[in-house]
Amino acid sequence: MTDIPLLSLAIWAPILGGLLVLATGSDRNAPLARMLALAAAVVGFVVTIPLYTGFDTTTSAMQFVELGSWVPRFNINYHLGVDGISVWFVILNAFITIMVVMAGWKVIEDRVAQYMAAFLIMSGLMNGIFSALDGVLFYVFFEASLIPMYLIIGVWGGPNRVYAAIKFFLYTLLGSLLMLIALLYLFMQSGGSFSILDWHQLPLPMEPQVLIFLAFLIAFGVKVPMWPVHTWLPDAHVEAPTGGSVVLAAIALKLGAYGFLRFSLPIVPDAAHELAWLVITLSLIAVVYIGFVALVQADMKKLVAYSSISHMGFVTLGFFIFNPLGVEGALVQMISHGFVSGAMFLCIGVLYDRVHSRQIADYGGVVHTMPKFAAFFMLFAMANSGLPATSGFVGEFMVVLGAVQYNFWIGFIAATTLIVGAAYSLWMYKRVVFGKVANKHVAELEDLSGREFAFLAILAFCVLAMGLYPYPFTEVMHASVNELLRHVAVSKL
Amino acid sequence: MNFVVPDFYPAAAEIFVAVMALVIMLASTFARSIARSLAYYATQATLIAAAFITIYTMQGEPVYTFSNLFISDLMGSFLKLMIYFSTAIALLYGRGYLADRKIDKPEYYLLALLMTLGMMVMVSANHMLPMYIGLEMMSLALYTMVAFDRDSARSTEAAMKYFVLGALASGLLLYGMSMVYGATGSLEFSAVAQSIYNQAANQTVLTFGLVFLVAGICFKLGVVPFHMWVPDVYQGAPTAVTLMISAAPKLAAFAMAVRLLIWALFDVAEEWQGMLMLVAVASIALGNLAAIAQQNIKRMLAYSGISHMGFMLLGLLAGVVDGDRHFALNAYSSAMFYAVAYVIMSLASFGMLILLSRAGFDAENIDDFKGLNRRSPWFALMMLFVMFSMAGVPFFIGFFAKLAVLQAVVAAGYFWLAVVAVLLSVAGAFYYLRVVKVMYFDAPVDESPIHAPAEVRVMLSANGIAIAALGLAPQMLMSLCAYALLGSL
Repeated sequence: MTDIPLLSLAIWAPILGGLLVLATGSDRNAPLARMLALAAAVVGFVVTIPLYTGFDTTTSAMQFVELGSWVPRFNINYHLGVDGISVWFVILNAFITIMVVMAGWKVIEDRVAQYMAAFLIMSGLMNGIFSALDGVLFYVFFEASLIPMYLIIGVWGGPNRVYAAIKFFLYTLLGSLLMLIALLYLFMQSGGSFSILDWHQLPLPMEPQVLIFLAFLIAFGVKVPMWPVHTWLPDAHVEAPTGGSVVLAAIALKLGAYGFLRFSLPIVPDAAHELAWLVITLSLIAVVYIGFVALVQADMKKLVAYSSISHMGFVTLGFFIFNPLGVEGALVQMISHGFVSGAMFLCIGVLYDRVHSRQIADYGGVVHTMPKFAAFFMLFAMANSGLPATSGFVGEFMVVLGAVQYNFWIGFIAATTLIVGAAYSLWMYKRVVFGKVANKHVAELEDLSGREFAFLAILAFCVLAMGLYPYPFTEVMHASVNELLRHVAVSKL
Repeated sequence: MNFVVPDFYPAAAEIFVAVMALVIMLASTFARSIARSLAYYATQATLIAAAFITIYTMQGEPVYTFSNLFISDLMGSFLKLMIYFSTAIALLYGRGYLADRKIDKPEYYLLALLMTLGMMVMVSANHMLPMYIGLEMMSLALYTMVAFDRDSARSTEAAMKYFVLGALASGLLLYGMSMVYGATGSLEFSAVAQSIYNQAANQTVLTFGLVFLVAGICFKLGVVPFHMWVPDVYQGAPTAVTLMISAAPKLAAFAMAVRLLIWALFDVAEEWQGMLMLVAVASIALGNLAAIAQQNIKRMLAYSGISHMGFMLLGLLAGVVDGDRHFALNAYSSAMFYAVAYVIMSLASFGMLILLSRAGFDAENIDDFKGLNRRSPWFALMMLFVMFSMAGVPFFIGFFAKLAVLQAVVAAGYFWLAVVAVLLSVAGAFYYLRVVKVMYFDAPVDESPIHAPAEVRVMLSANGIAIAALGLAPQMLMSLCAYALLGSL
C-alpha cells in the first residue's frame, strides 16, 4: 500500500477537484458545483485515512515518502513525507475542508463555484505545506496558499474586506520573503541542497544561526500569529466569511507553529535555545494580555480571534520549553484548537446567517429559540476555556505541566489562561445565549437545520473523543517528538 | 588588395529578414487593396521562417563572420528566437487594436520587421559598431512606431521624448565606445578584453568609457536614473506599441549588456558591478514605490518594468565576487531567465489591456479592470496569474525568476542586497494586489462584453497558462538559458 502516493493524492485531489468545480462556471450550475466540491472534499479526506491507519508509530523517520526531481537546475526536489508531528495536520486539514464545504452550502449564493474551488485549492496547498520536505517546495506551498485566502476574504468577506485581505497578504508575504533568504543561505551553506532533512544535520556557527532563527521567527511568528505581529488576524477573521475564518483558525494558524518545529528548532537549535526567552516572553504576553483583550471584545468573531491568538501563544510556549510534555501538549493543543476554534466560528456563522450580526449586544436569550444550538455552543465554549473531558483541556494541561517543570513561574503565568479563557468564553456565552429574549430577531430564530446539526455533531464528537481518549493523537507523536528533542539538545556549533 | 567574400551562412536569418522587409515594402505598394493583411501575414510568416532559419543555422560553437564583426552563438540564437516569438505575439495582439484605430498600415509591420532586424544585429554583434548600428535601427523603428498614431498629441509627444532622450543615450553610448577605443585600441569585444587583460589599457580613460557605456545600457533597459522616458512613453504610445517596447527590446538590451560588459569588460567587472548595484537598488525602490501611486495601468506597468529590470540587474552584478568567477554562469543565466520571464509576463499584461480595449475606448486605467471577474472570469483568472507572477508569488514563473536571481545574489554574499530587494518587493506586491482587488472585489463599471478577435483570446489564454505552466515546470527554460550562456562565455 505504500506504492500509492497518498500524500500526492492528499495534495492534488482537492486541487484538481477545485479546478473541476471552477470549470462548472456560472451560478446557474451552483448545485452541481456544491456536489462536486463535497465529493472532492470527501475524496480528499478518504485518501488521508490510510495515513493514520498505516502509520508506523515506532519510528521517527519520515513516512509515505515521495521523492522526485522537480527543478534539477537548483536541486529542488518534489520531496514529500510525514512524521508524527505533521501527519495529524494533514488529516485534520482534509477533515475541516469537508466542514467548510458543508458550512458554505446554503449561505454562499454568489459565485459558488469560485468559493468552493478556492477552499479546495487552499486545502490541497496546505497539505503540501505539512508534507513538504524540500525547502523550496515548502515555500512554494506556503506562499501559494495566500492567493486563495486573499480571494476568500476579499470576495466573500464583510464590509472592510479589502483592507483585511490586503493586510493579511502583505503581512504574511513580508515574513515569508525573509524566510526565503534564509532558505537560500541554507542552500548555499549545505553545498546546494534544499532538503530540510539535510539542513537538520547541517552544522552552523552561532551568528548565522541567530539570523536564520530571526528570519524564521518573523515568517512563522506572523503566521501563528504571535504578539506583536498578530494584528492582521482579528481583521482577517472578522471580515472573512465563516468558512474562511474556520480554515484560518483551524489550519492556517498551525502552519506557523508547524514551521517552528520543522525549521527553527531542528535547523538552528543553538539559536533556539539562546533566544527561547524571547519566544517564551512573547508567548506569555499573548497568553495573558491577549486573553484580556479578548475579554473586552464586543464582536463575537473578534473575541474568538483573540482567543485563538492566546491559545497559539500556549503552543509556541510549549515548543520553547524543550520538554516532551510541552511539545506534545502544544501539538495536541494545535489539533484541539483546530476542532474547537473551527466549531466556534461555525457556531457564530450559524447565528450570523440568521441575524446578520456578530455583535454580542444584538443577542440574548438564544437558548429559548435555539435549544439544540445552545447545547452545542455550550460544549464548544467549554472546550475553548479548557474544561476537563474536552479536547481543550488535554493540551493546555500538558503544556502547563511542562512549563512548571521548566520554571514554576512561567507555568504559573501560563496557567492563568485557564481562568481568563473561561472568563471570556463563558461570559460571551452567557450574554448571547442566556437571559431574556433580547429582541425580535432573536425571537424569530429557527433552530439548527439537519445540515448544521450534522457538522456541529461531528465536531462535538471529535472534541469529546479527543478530550476523553487522546491516546491515538499522542501515540503517533511520541517517537517523532522525542527524536526532535534529542536532536535539538545536541549543539550544532 | 584582395577581397574576401564573407561567410553569409551564420547571418542567414538577418539577411532573410532584411530581404523580406524590402519585399513586403514593395509588395504592399503595389497590392494596395490587400496591403494590410498581406503585410501582416507576410510579417508573421517572415518571423516564423526566420525562427526556422535560426534553428537550422545554429551551431554549438561560436562562429564569426564579416571580419569578426558578427558572431553566431547559442546565446544569440536563443535570444533571437525569443525576440521573434515575442514580436510575433505582440503583432498578433496588436492587430485588432490598430485596425480599430485605423492605423494598421503596412508600414507598421514593416517597422516591426526592421526593429526585429535591428535587435538581431545587436544580439549578434561582436564589435561595437554593428552593436551601435543594430541599436539605432531598433530605436528608430520604435520611435516611429510610438508616433504611429500621428493625430494623437500624446503619442507624438511621447515619441518626441523618446527620440530626444534616446538620441542622447545613443550619444552617451557612442562616447563611451570611443573612449574604450581610445583606451584599448579596438572596438572588437575580444580584442578589448585582451587589451584590458594585458593591462595595456589606460585605466582612467577606460573607466570613463565604462561609465558612459553603463549609462547607455541603463537607458535602453529603462532603469533609474535613466528611466524618465519609460512611464511617459509607455503611457503615450498606442498600447500595441507599448507592448512591443516592453517585450523584445529588453532582451536585446540584455544581450547588449552581456556583450559589452561581460565579453569586453569582464576584467573590470567589479567596477561596473558597483555601478549596477546602485542602479539596481534605486530601480527596485523607485519602480515599486512609484507604481503604488499610479492610477493609469500603463504607467503602473512601466514602473513595475523599471523594478523588474532592476531585479534582472541583480543577477548581472552577482557574477564576480572578489575576483572569484565561478559564480558567473549561475548569476548571468539567472538574469537571462529573469529577462525572458519578464518578457512573457509583460506580453500578457499589455495583451490584457488590448483585450479590454475596443474601437474608441482604450483600457488604461486600473478602474477599467473593475469587476472583470463578473465580465469574464476566465480572463480575470489569466490577469490574476500575471499579477501574482509579477509579484513573485509561486506557482508562477515570476517566482522562479526571483528565486534564481536572489539565489545568485545570496551566493555572491550580498545578503543586505537580497534583504533590500525582497522588502521592496513586498511594497511592490501591493499594487499587483490592487489590480487583483479591483478585478475580484469590486463591481464592474463597464458591463459591456469583451470584444476581441478569437486569435487574441486564444493567444492570451495560452500566454496566461504558460505563466502558470512554466512556474510548475521551470526547469527546461532555466537550463536552456544556462546552456545558451555556457556556449557564449
